[in-house]
Amino acid sequence: MELVTVWFILIAVLWIGYLVLDGFDLGVGMLLPFIGKDDLRRRVMINTIGPVWDGNEVWLLVAGGATFAAFPLWYATLFSGFYLALFLLLLALILRGVAFEYRSKHDSVKWRAGWDKAIFVGSVLPPLLLGVAFGNIFGGSKIGPIAGTPVDFPLATDAGPINYLGSFFDLLLNPFALVIGVMLVLVFATHGAIFLALKTSGEVREASRKAAVKVGVAAAVFAVVGLLWAQAYSGRVAITLPIVLIAAVLWLAGIGMTLKGRDGWAFLFSAGTIALAVTALFVGAFPNIMLSSIDSAFNLTVHNSASQSYTLTVMTIVAVIMTPIVLIYQGWTYWVFRKRISTAQIPAQSAPGRADDRFAPAKS
Amino acid sequence: MGALDLARWQFAITTVYHFLFVPLTLGTVWFVAGFQTAYFRTGKEKYLKLTKFFGKLFLINFAMGVVTGIVQEFQFGMNWSEYSRFVGDVFGAPLAMEGLLAFFLESTFIGLWIFGWDRLPKKVHLATIWAAAVGTMLSAYFILAANAWMQHPVGYEISATTGRAVLNNIGLVLFQNTAVIAFFHTISASFLVAGSGVAAIGAWMLMKDRQVDIFRPAVKIGAVVVLLSAVVVSITGDMDAKIMVKQQPMKMAAAEALYNTTDKAPFSILSIGDVSGSSATPVIEVPGLTSFMATGSFDGNVQGINDLQAQYEQTYGPGNYAPYVPVSYWGFRLMIGLGLIAAAWALWALWRYRGGRNPKGKFFNVISMFITLGPLVGISAGWIFTEMGRQPWIVFGQQKTADAVSPLVSPAEVWISMIGFTLVYLVLAIIELRLLLRYIRAGAPENVIEDPYDDSKNDADKQLYFAY
Repeated sequence: MELVTVWFILIAVLWIGYLVLDGFDLGVGMLLPFIGKDDLRRRVMINTIGPVWDGNEVWLLVAGGATFAAFPLWYATLFSGFYLALFLLLLALILRGVAFEYRSKHDSVKWRAGWDKAIFVGSVLPPLLLGVAFGNIFGGSKIGPIAGTPVDFPLATDAGPINYLGSFFDLLLNPFALVIGVMLVLVFATHGAIFLALKTSGEVREASRKAAVKVGVAAAVFAVVGLLWAQAYSGRVAITLPIVLIAAVLWLAGIGMTLKGRDGWAFLFSAGTIALAVTALFVGAFPNIMLSSIDSAFNLTVHNSASQSYTLTVMTIVAVIMTPIVLIYQGWTYWVFRKRISTAQIPAQSAPGRADDRFAPAKS
Repeated sequence: MGALDLARWQFAITTVYHFLFVPLTLGTVWFVAGFQTAYFRTGKEKYLKLTKFFGKLFLINFAMGVVTGIVQEFQFGMNWSEYSRFVGDVFGAPLAMEGLLAFFLESTFIGLWIFGWDRLPKKVHLATIWAAAVGTMLSAYFILAANAWMQHPVGYEISATTGRAVLNNIGLVLFQNTAVIAFFHTISASFLVAGSGVAAIGAWMLMKDRQVDIFRPAVKIGAVVVLLSAVVVSITGDMDAKIMVKQQPMKMAAAEALYNTTDKAPFSILSIGDVSGSSATPVIEVPGLTSFMATGSFDGNVQGINDLQAQYEQTYGPGNYAPYVPVSYWGFRLMIGLGLIAAAWALWALWRYRGGRNPKGKFFNVISMFITLGPLVGISAGWIFTEMGRQPWIVFGQQKTADAVSPLVSPAEVWISMIGFTLVYLVLAIIELRLLLRYIRAGAPENVIEDPYDDSKNDADKQLYFAY
């Protein structure tokens, strides 16, 4: 297999890792105002992801860093082109991250309510923006050679002059991208609800199962529209359509398992759905990594945007050694925090000077 | 302002801000790991209380470092796409390694440390903070190696077909002396920053006569760390200066505002007048010291800005190859001066609190508050000097900053993001500072549970020991 293909697959794997793992963190954050009727329930929800969300978010950073190393021209065109969308994504991630850590650091209703808003906004915006970005990457956006590029420039082997030529609104007003964005919000909300059902007991679990089913059906509608629409941009419908159909079946199976109270299976199925959907997008695009809506000659591909073989070899060795190690210790983390949490297990609110939170008198 | 200047301002604002949290994190994590290890080895409760106290401060700070770091990872591509295209083959590798080896390690094990008190046996829980500490060191190493490559590009060639940099020796990129020395210089300076913070907080508590048995060790340990790291900072700084003179002589010339090539070049501690003109009036001068810093001999020859400018014009064509001299000159002095003042303060602190003494004079504590912030300002000034001193280059000798900016990102877009980041960062700074002060004032916990794991392992319904 060519090294560029290996890295195409690795980037897809990193995105699957991010969307599956941080997907449920974001889902939990989105559901905070809906399932978290009171502070105790909100704390149950936040504590299901408390130990792991930061490690999950790193998958996004590594996907970005790996894109920089393996496909620098893709990184440069995508990040400079989708500028304002990424700016908003960064603001959302900043708010969410600080909110998790600071929310419980001061015993005040107003303080916590403020951070709860930050968690909600910081959890809804990322999937919406990432979905819109994916829709534009795989459905085509206005990328092309920058003014002044010689007409005979060998774009097929060197995408150096390719830049995003459109505006922020061209990204947003792309109907396909919007559908993918809304789909991702709903899918993550469902995925988060299924995760909550798996990780909690008592009232939060019941509310989460109900939410998973309700939102899951809405997500299914958008997913069917979005993923079938994506077939219009797929270069291999014969492969990607079956993948998408399997994904759809898995999704429904996940909802079914939630109804039956089989939370573990439900979570596996929703994770599998996300993984298959991403796989379908990448397989359908290969060898393209960013489609141009102006002219397919302007597409970024694994051949015109990649680093040279020396860099790819070095990075392959690093990735082959490190990825399993990361999976092992992250997997161990989930094992350490495997117990379900209920409202009865949440200690009193923390406050300065009280490192042992259970001794802190509850105020609200 | 055009998109280029705006992008530079945004990079400066977001990076300087990010780097307020970085050295504190890099240094404090070892204090926390050290206190917890001391508790593990001695079983003394005071060390557990110190672990908890500084652990909280560490986490409040760490969260800010993490979220502002995401911006760093993205903005190379967002604002500097021509840079990303030109260097991605080389520069992307250490960045991706940082993610794979360091980010995963630190964030995963910090999560385990925060929530793992009652989930992990004592020994394993102790190991998680050490794993996180190793993660922070790896992170620093890879990003400093990447930065060292911008200061002194090695292990690459310029592709004949694309005209872009292509990696051909990863070992050189990762282990060139520029990178290794920058690592030890930055890490020891971070210890100096964190050590003076720990000592100052301890001294403040002693002044208030609060938890003296807990905070006396904090003052002493903090002050000793400041002194030891000041020694390492000086040695590595000296090595760094000698490398810099060979690799970026213009930076050294600008640091001393030395316009004409001289033997026995003096070092002016202060000067009046405009250092960006061709002559400023030095107030206090140490003869031959700049020569010594640059070459190891007080008689050594140091090249001046004017000669270097002429040389570079010959090599690289017409243009201005000198950085903005006042920033270089004063940045260099702030870095050295604030570090030295902190070291002197640490000596004073050790003397003042020697053998169980706790004198009550307020003067010491009032100036402590300013002096202990000094190293943080100093390390920032050092990096502003390092980065601005490299200008006009983004990659020395290979790409100018002006050619590195994203060509189609409009000034309006950069205005929006710059204002957005600045406002959010300002609000967060106020919140963070108030939270830190609140936790410092609250002092160390009065009650600690010695072995929460032992309590909870047989009781599945027990309340969580720690929860957000």
